[in-house]
Amino acid sequence: MSLRLSEVTVGDELPELAYDVTATTVVLGALATRDWRPMHHDYKFATERNGTQDIFLNTPNQAAWFERFLTDWTGPKGRLGQLRFRMLSSVFPEDRMVLTGTVTAVTTDDDGGGWVDVDLALKVGDRTCTTGHARIAVPTTEDDNPWARRGDTWRPFPPE
Amino acid sequence: MAVAEARSWIGVAKYEEDGGFPAEMGYVWTSLSSVENGNPLFWDEAVAEELAGGPMAPPSMLSAWFRPHNWAPGVSEPQVPLQVHFDLKETLGLPEAVMSDNVITFGEPVRPGDRITTRQVLRSVSDEKTTKLGTGRFWVIDVEYHTQDDTWVGTESYTGFGYRREADAGPERPGATATPGGEHGDP
Repeated sequence: MSLRLSEVTVGDELPELAYDVTATTVVLGALATRDWRPMHHDYKFATERNGTQDIFLNTPNQAAWFERFLTDWTGPKGRLGQLRFRMLSSVFPEDRMVLTGTVTAVTTDDDGGGWVDVDLALKVGDRTCTTGHARIAVPTTEDDNPWARRGDTWRPFPPE
Repeated sequence: MAVAEARSWIGVAKYEEDGGFPAEMGYVWTSLSSVENGNPLFWDEAVAEELAGGPMAPPSMLSAWFRPHNWAPGVSEPQVPLQVHFDLKETLGLPEAVMSDNVITFGEPVRPGDRITTRQVLRSVSDEKTTKLGTGRFWVIDVEYHTQDDTWVGTESYTGFGYRREADAGPERPGATATPGGEHGDP
């Protein structure tokens, strides 16, 4: 049902997620994140005021895509601790976006919680639109459940 | 001096605000639908109960619970998210800005009925730097999210670069105007 820490190794590649973006993807994503700014739904504004080729995916919706990408891999016990990303280029309707991830660290914290670090990328063809990094908690045993961690036992910040 | 004034805000919580509406599952499902996320933790009440003690929102929805309505009765001016960013631009006399890095750290899950409050905390203002965009300063602003009972549910950390374009820099770079949330960042 859910990935366990012992099943993850540094260098593992996550199953790629490819998706054909449409105008509906962009507009639905913007409204679902309560982002009313016109460059995410108004073609004329995006092209004439922002100078972009079309409306484009907003940042919080990209975060939602990355979360889905990660938990498709971990299963429902996967609990996102931290997500870091940098926007380099935009994602437009008719783009085929591809999300990829590579495991960079597999660790346990002082309370025995299991953590996986993943380098992320969102590309359209050869164009890298977004790069990022995630820290996601996964169970260490069949009975472990990262969602049960509360207060000080939940350690989403990476160690100094 | 403008820089000293801006730096005096470092570590000071500003613009404490209530999100204005409670978290609710209708919006959660709309968000999940927008990215075709079928995680049963958010769709299946039995799974939610077993793993998380009940329904909740995906962590990545954090900022949705704070974004103001596009219109609300009695509000004549559109509300601006990340006001400290705009205060810095004005105080430092830097008319352009881009957002680059965005880091979100997630705390306790947001659950239906939670009302989220936020506060903005300036963490740093750099010395003057020159990049390909122009000359200006980098800054880091944290937006801290708490529930109605002061449970920490997350922090978003934004890195911005406010700058003046060089006189001969030519037309404005597409999309380079300040957009908290950072659709275009590459200072």
